[in-house]
Amino acid sequence: MSDSTNTIETFANQEYKWGFVTDIEAESIPRGLSEDVIRLISAKKHEPEWLLEWRLKAYRHWLTMTEPTWANVHYPAIDYQDIIYYAAPKSKKDAPKSLDEVDPELLKTYEKLGIPLKEQEMLAGVAVDAVFDSVSVATTFKEKLKAMGIIFCSFSEAVREHPELVRQYLGSVVPSSDNFFAALNSAVFSDGSFCYVPKGVRCPMELSTYFRINAKDTGQFERTLIVADEGAYVSYLEGCTAPMRDTNQLHAAVVELVALDNAQIKYSTVQNWYPGDKEGRGGIYNFVTKRGACRGVNSKISWTQVETGSAITWKYPSCLLIGDHSVGEFYSVALTNNYQQADTGTKMIHIGKNTSSTIVSKGISAGHGQNTYRGGVKILKGATGARNYSQCDSMLLGDKCGAHTFPYLEVKNTSSTVEHEASTSKIGEDQIFYCRQRGISTEDAVSMIVHGFCKEVFRELPMEFAVEAQKLLGVSLEGSVG
Amino acid sequence: MALLEIKDLHARVGDREILKGIDLTVNAGEVHAIMGPNGSGKSTLAQVLSGRDLYVVTGGSVTYDSKDLLEMDPEERAREGLFLAFQYPVEIPGVSNMYFLKAALNQVRKRQGLEELDAMDFLNLVREKMKLMEMDQALLNRPVNTGFSGGEKKRNEIFQMAVLEPRLAILDETDSGLDIDALKLVANGVNALRGKDRSMIVVTHYQRLLNYIVPDFVHVLADGRLVKSGGKELALQLEESGYAGLGIYEEGEVPPQQTNNLFAGGPGVGKA
Repeated sequence: MSDSTNTIETFANQEYKWGFVTDIEAESIPRGLSEDVIRLISAKKHEPEWLLEWRLKAYRHWLTMTEPTWANVHYPAIDYQDIIYYAAPKSKKDAPKSLDEVDPELLKTYEKLGIPLKEQEMLAGVAVDAVFDSVSVATTFKEKLKAMGIIFCSFSEAVREHPELVRQYLGSVVPSSDNFFAALNSAVFSDGSFCYVPKGVRCPMELSTYFRINAKDTGQFERTLIVADEGAYVSYLEGCTAPMRDTNQLHAAVVELVALDNAQIKYSTVQNWYPGDKEGRGGIYNFVTKRGACRGVNSKISWTQVETGSAITWKYPSCLLIGDHSVGEFYSVALTNNYQQADTGTKMIHIGKNTSSTIVSKGISAGHGQNTYRGGVKILKGATGARNYSQCDSMLLGDKCGAHTFPYLEVKNTSSTVEHEASTSKIGEDQIFYCRQRGISTEDAVSMIVHGFCKEVFRELPMEFAVEAQKLLGVSLEGSVG
Repeated sequence: MALLEIKDLHARVGDREILKGIDLTVNAGEVHAIMGPNGSGKSTLAQVLSGRDLYVVTGGSVTYDSKDLLEMDPEERAREGLFLAFQYPVEIPGVSNMYFLKAALNQVRKRQGLEELDAMDFLNLVREKMKLMEMDQALLNRPVNTGFSGGEKKRNEIFQMAVLEPRLAILDETDSGLDIDALKLVANGVNALRGKDRSMIVVTHYQRLLNYIVPDFVHVLADGRLVKSGGKELALQLEESGYAGLGIYEEGEVPPQQTNNLFAGGPGVGKA
């Protein structure tokens, strides 16, 4: 317990140094995981008994599980007792007072990504009082949604305001026992998004985490649940192009999507967590379980992702095609540069009749990056008329990186059609020179060619995200083609 | 003031010296032809001028518009109006011709202090030039050179030249691989672009191209040096006599005198 005493003292001294009187909760949680920590988390969030029990059940199950090691990624063993599972609110006094105090390299990146100044301030955690145009925007926005019966709020708020809905669907797509990291998440999840779109309602705007205030402090164990009732439509954007740092290295999120009859969910992600330095030190581990259940007839779930960050990415956004005529889609661009590693892909499980799935995966490896695509297409016995198309393309920039492909095709129904294509390519020096001879810089040339490579995936992103994603790829590839 | 001034240029690729002291002056509006046997260094000269770093300059200087050309990055040279029509234009899958050319043109315009063009304005601007090179708008939407025939690739090079309006255009064996009709079309395009603000260096192996693109000056490059210069008649002379007639041989070729009389100790490569 001396650790916590030290922390409190440091806190106290800081306050004294700056001479502020404050109402900051000078509370610190010891590192490590135990039932007590979970009870504490649940208590701090004022959660109902059923949710605490749910967490504890997950935790007890987690204790019986072993960390999986089959992925094509390598990292030093994680000490689960060396993690702080509850994030204390950041002290405002530590925050930079203006952009002048922020790392100029970081600012340069914001510039290149075209992020407007107000947003830069927010992202850099500048202690600005009036970032509150966004508060008023968020408020009008929420009222509009409310008028249509759409619920969009933080997960914690949903537990308080709509417990029946949460309880009905939580864990129904990704049960706590599903895998090691899902179990961990279920025990200690911090916060995330909740969205429910009622019957026949088409959500009129793209929902994004930007509109959830305090989104940025909850990244560690995010939990998201989106439900589209019959005939509903919603498009959700997760993440942002700005590089995100976090003192917590392990990120293990869980995302569950449920689409009922004739409903459609479009889930887009742009992820740029800190990828580690050029030597491969530091960087976030992003171990995510994302799954969508197309429960209804004619339901559709599309996953689109652009992953450029994290030291290690391990995720397989998947679709369970349960309802007849349901459709699952996965469009992905994954980039590994320097010493990043990614083992990512998808699982499409065809269960109902006449279901179809499309997989387009673009992997770009640069530097010493190792990029692995792992795809599972499973056609169960009763899945008559199932169709799948998979395309897995790799681009290698340089001769020190790697691209690996592990496609799994398990077909148990003879009336199905399964197609798989794969290609590997690189950007030649002669292609770069051709562009340069036309006045296009090397960076722009690489960006252009990579964009051409990723076009099919970018096309699936909501427009402003697509523009940002293109810039992000350019920034992430800087210096990779000499 | 000459547009391009090359003085005693030496260059190597790997550890082989290819250019062994080139001197050449090109003024505004002039068309210079550079001819020579295989291995003489013609394409090397074109690549060195455009800034390909596979080729290392080991001596001499190149001044372009009073600037030190060798100090400039390839894209800098391009933005200053230097254009290379490649001998083997490379394919760039996924990037449409239109997107590529618009990006290139906007870089040039930026350098000149002009506004960048959007897709609509760009299409309007290139309409005329497309007609000149008989390019179909559909070709614009295809990825750069991807699936193009040899002739289409060469036409695309000249089309790009027409759009970018360079001050110095280097045509590297633009005629190679072309049938007579394609050759005429390409030559037409090149001729339409001649003017007092445009200089050209036409690198070619065969004299035939020069029937269509009539040069102001002809130079013969052999073994890394310009061994002979003259007016357009020089090209016709070469047509008659071949390189050997001027005493110029490809690397490895043996001049007739030596084979007849191995012990004569006569001169090696002669100069007519």
